[in-house]
Amino acid sequence: MPHEIDVVAKICAHHNHDPAALLEILHDTQEEFGCVSDDAARTIAERLNISRADIHGVRSFYGDFSRQADKPKLKLCRAEACQAVGSEELARRLSDKGIASETIYCLGNCALGPAAMIGERLIGRASVELLEAELADD
Amino acid sequence: MTDTPRLYLSRDAAALSVGADAVAAALPRDQLVRTGSRGMLWLEPLLEVETAQGRIGFGPLSVMDAKRLADAGFPEDDATCLGKVEDLPWMKVQRRVIFERCGLIDPLDLDAFEASGGLDGLWSALGKTPSDIVETVTRSGLRGRGGAGFPAGIKWKTASEAVADQKYICCNADEGDSGTFADRMLMEGDPGQLIAGMIIAGLAVGATKGFIYCRSEYPHAIATLKAAISAWEARGWLGSDILGSGKAFELQLRRGAGSYVCGEESAMLESLEGKRGQVRVKPPIPAISGLFGKPTIVNNVLTLASVPWILAHGGEAYAEIGHERSRGTQAYQLAGNIRRGGMLEADFGISLRDLIEDFGGGTLSGRPLKAVQVGGPLGAYIPADDLDLPMDYEAFAAAGAMLGHGGIVAFDNTVDMAKQAEFAMEFCAEESCGKCTPCRIGSIRGAETISKIREGENVEANLELVEELCTVMTDGSLCAMGGLTPMPVMSALRHFREDFISSDPKLEDMVD
Repeated sequence: MPHEIDVVAKICAHHNHDPAALLEILHDTQEEFGCVSDDAARTIAERLNISRADIHGVRSFYGDFSRQADKPKLKLCRAEACQAVGSEELARRLSDKGIASETIYCLGNCALGPAAMIGERLIGRASVELLEAELADD
Repeated sequence: MTDTPRLYLSRDAAALSVGADAVAAALPRDQLVRTGSRGMLWLEPLLEVETAQGRIGFGPLSVMDAKRLADAGFPEDDATCLGKVEDLPWMKVQRRVIFERCGLIDPLDLDAFEASGGLDGLWSALGKTPSDIVETVTRSGLRGRGGAGFPAGIKWKTASEAVADQKYICCNADEGDSGTFADRMLMEGDPGQLIAGMIIAGLAVGATKGFIYCRSEYPHAIATLKAAISAWEARGWLGSDILGSGKAFELQLRRGAGSYVCGEESAMLESLEGKRGQVRVKPPIPAISGLFGKPTIVNNVLTLASVPWILAHGGEAYAEIGHERSRGTQAYQLAGNIRRGGMLEADFGISLRDLIEDFGGGTLSGRPLKAVQVGGPLGAYIPADDLDLPMDYEAFAAAGAMLGHGGIVAFDNTVDMAKQAEFAMEFCAEESCGKCTPCRIGSIRGAETISKIREGENVEANLELVEELCTVMTDGSLCAMGGLTPMPVMSALRHFREDFISSDPKLEDMVD
C-alpha cells in the first residue's frame, strides 16, 4: 500500500532517521495503522539503514507493538494492586461476555483499581457495567 | 468567601479516572484552576475552594454535587465539605519536599511555579561550581528512590570525574511496579520540579543532554511533560542559555513500549538507543559508560525531583530529615485493597502499621488484612502480624523485604498466597528480557512447579525444588528481575506455607 509507505517514510523523517528513535517511530506507526506491518518495517529499515531483523527484534520485544492490527480497544490491568480488588474476576466476567481485553501490568491507578484504559482514557474502580458503558461511548 | 472564589480541581490521571473532567464541566470555568493531585485519591474528584482561611475541600464529588455546590456558593455545611484541606489528618503529618507544590498550582503555569520558589534550587546551582553541587547532594545523604537506594552523591561524583565529549542525564520514569504511582503524580502535577532537578544534575556532572524515559502506560504524564518541556524552552529555562547563565541543557522525552524490564537501568539505556530492552552486564557502570557508551547518570524521577529542594535549602537541612541511614522523605503509596488509597510524602521511619491502619484505614472490603506487598512485584509479602516495621531501607532488608519505590499493596484474607507466588513467577517469565538463563528459564520452571504444588502434586518435593530454584535465580541472575522474583515467592512460602499445602487434594484424601 503506497499510502502506508509514504506515511511511514514521513514518520522516519520527522525523527531525523535516527536509529535511537526507533521506539518513537514504531509508536507513531502503531498509532497511525494499529500495527507495524511487515511493509512498514521494511520501509523503516531502509530509511534508518538498519536491518529488518533489528526492526522485527524490537517490534516483537515490546508489548505495545504488533505485527497485525489485532489489539483490543480495552486494556485491563492485571497486576497485584488490581488483583487485590478483583481484577481477575473482572477479567473472567468480561471474557464470558465476549469482551476482549489486552492484559496490562499497571496503569498507575493502583489506589482506585481495578484500572482499565480505552484509548488514552483511564478508568478507575472498573466494573463490567462501567466498562460496557465506556466502550459504548467510544 | 468572595462571590467568585478561585476553585482548584485535580487533572491527575487518577482523578480523571473517577470523573474529574465531568465535575469540572459543572463548575464555573473562569474560576477554575486544574492542578495536580494532593494524593488523597479516595477523595477524588476533590474540589478545593479558596477562602480567607485557606482552601476548603469538597469531595469526593459527583457531577450533581458539583452543580449543587456551584449554585449554592460552596457552603461549608454541605455534606461533601471536608474543611480546610491542610488540616486534614492525611495532610497534616506530611513533609512535602518533592511534592511541595503538587496539587497547589496549574502544573504548566510557569509564573506560579516561579512564584512558589520553583527555580530557587536551580538558581542556587547556577551560582555553584559543579563540585560544590555534587558535594551538596552528597552531604544531603540522598539515596536513589528507584528501589536500590544507592547514594546519589557517589553516582554523581563518578560521572562528574569521568572525562568525555558528551555526558547524559537519564531520568528513569518507567514506573512499572504495581502499587506505585508517585512518579506519575509528580510528572503530571509538577513537572518543573523534575526538569529543574535534571538541569541541576547536568550542571553537576557536565552533561548537556537529558532524556526522560517515561512508560507508555502514562499518556497523561507524557502529554504534561511534553508541554512542560516546550514551555521551559520557550522561556529560555531550557536550551542553550539556561536562565541567561550561558550554560546549556537540552531535554527530550522518550516513551517506553510496555516492557517492565526497561525499568532496569541498563535495559532502559538499551531501549533509549532504540534497541530491545535487554540488560547489560555490569561493569562498566552507566556513570562510566552508559548511554551510547558515554558517562550517564540514571536516576529515578523522585531522586531527581528531590534535588531542587536540597540545592535551595542546603544538604544539611535535607540530612536532618529521615531515619538512620535513610535520609530525607519518601513518597509512600497506598494501593490495592485499601480504604483510603493514595500518596503521602513523609520522613523515612514511619511504620508500615501506621501507614496501613492510620492513613489507609484498613482494607476496602472491610475484611481482615492478610498481607501487604511492599516494593512492587519483586518485593516481599509481609503478613498482617508483622506490620511494626519502620519504613527504612536497612530495616526492610534486615527483615528479608525491600522498600523499593515505596509502593504498598494491601490484600484482604481472600487472597491465596500460593497463587500470588505463582503469579510472581509468571510475571517474571512474561517480562524477562531473556538474556540470562536463571531468569528466562527459571521463572517458567518456577511457575510450572508452583502450579503443580497448587494442584497437590508431590507437594513436599516440589516445594524443595522451588526453594532451590529461587536460590539459583537469586544468585545467578544478571539483574533484579530474576534476582528478586524469589523475594515475593519465598516470603509467601515462609509466611503462608498453609496456602501452598492446603490446596493439596491428596492430603485432604488422606485426612478423610
